Amino acid sequence: MNETVLKAQEFISQPWPWWMGGIVIGFTLYLLFKFNKEFGLSANLRIMCAADGAGHYSDFFDFDWGKQGWNLMVALGAMFGGYIAANYFGGDGLAHVSEATINTLNQISGENSLTTENVHVVPGRDLVLGVGIPEFWNLYSWKSLFTLRGLIIILGGGFLVGFGARYAGGCTSGHAISGIANLQLPSLVAVIGFFIGGLIMTWLFLPYILRIAI
Amino acid sequence: MKLFKYIIIGFIFGFGMWKLEAVSTFRIIEMFHFQSFHMYGIIITGVIMGLIITQLFKKGKIKTSKGEVHQFADKSHEWKRYIFGGIIFGMGWALTGVCSGMMFVLVGSGYTIFIAFIGAAMLGTFAYGYFRKSLPH
Repeated sequence: MNETVLKAQEFISQPWPWWMGGIVIGFTLYLLFKFNKEFGLSANLRIMCAADGAGHYSDFFDFDWGKQGWNLMVALGAMFGGYIAANYFGGDGLAHVSEATINTLNQISGENSLTTENVHVVPGRDLVLGVGIPEFWNLYSWKSLFTLRGLIIILGGGFLVGFGARYAGGCTSGHAISGIANLQLPSLVAVIGFFIGGLIMTWLFLPYILRIAI
Repeated sequence: MKLFKYIIIGFIFGFGMWKLEAVSTFRIIEMFHFQSFHMYGIIITGVIMGLIITQLFKKGKIKTSKGEVHQFADKSHEWKRYIFGGIIFGMGWALTGVCSGMMFVLVGSGYTIFIAFIGAAMLGTFAYGYFRKSLPH
């Protein structure tokens, strides 16, 4: 019995192929629709603002957020899912990106510090295996927040994601997945916008922002 | 525990997104450099499954747990907001390499720095709500 459990754990801990995305997303959508709900995780940001009393400042946050509690539970579940996956099914803890990407990353940093052996899922210390990452890529830590580079990447990125998601009326889950799946032209336009913005940032700004040494 | 089932749904999603490396900034950089099919594969298979499931619910082939036909709301046709908002969201997505679902998964997996990211995202959401009436939609 114990051996079966270990084998199952080992099996799940392997890197997952891309087509598992269809299964995971399909299952998520099926269950949400079954309970008469929609898929949209950025809506939680609006709910959290409303719960903190933002309704006093703008009628955009003046709604019965208590009824949206189920969506906060989805977010809470996603946290648990991340915890269990990283800690018990993380496998080698690496992002199995292509050679071309590793070359690109090394070009950006100007040092040949990344190889197929040390590109963690997250650009930060691997908390489960306790392995560090070359300092240039140590972005996700509280220490990094006290550098100009970390400040721009963490707080700037967060602000843009929060602002843009509500301005566009949805994020990757609301537009790219469920909106397009429901054949909504507005969602396709929004996703084209996501890619225009993403390409501008990735090609024009990100290499320079990453190279900020303060 | 009426709300417990939503924790399970979120769990499945968060677990899957971590295992699919969709939470990975490196995967997002790879995607925007068109250097692998991986992220596109996740999105495309997700959309195909979504299309099938949405149609089955729309046509009433699958009913909700209360036996009703699930109603899907159409998105409004305010084109400016989708382009401008979309571009701003995309820039944030590529800057940190994290979108609004993944930030929860990352906090859960121990990267508590994403509490700061969520705080900034709430501030961004608040800024939108506050200035909404003066923005083109």
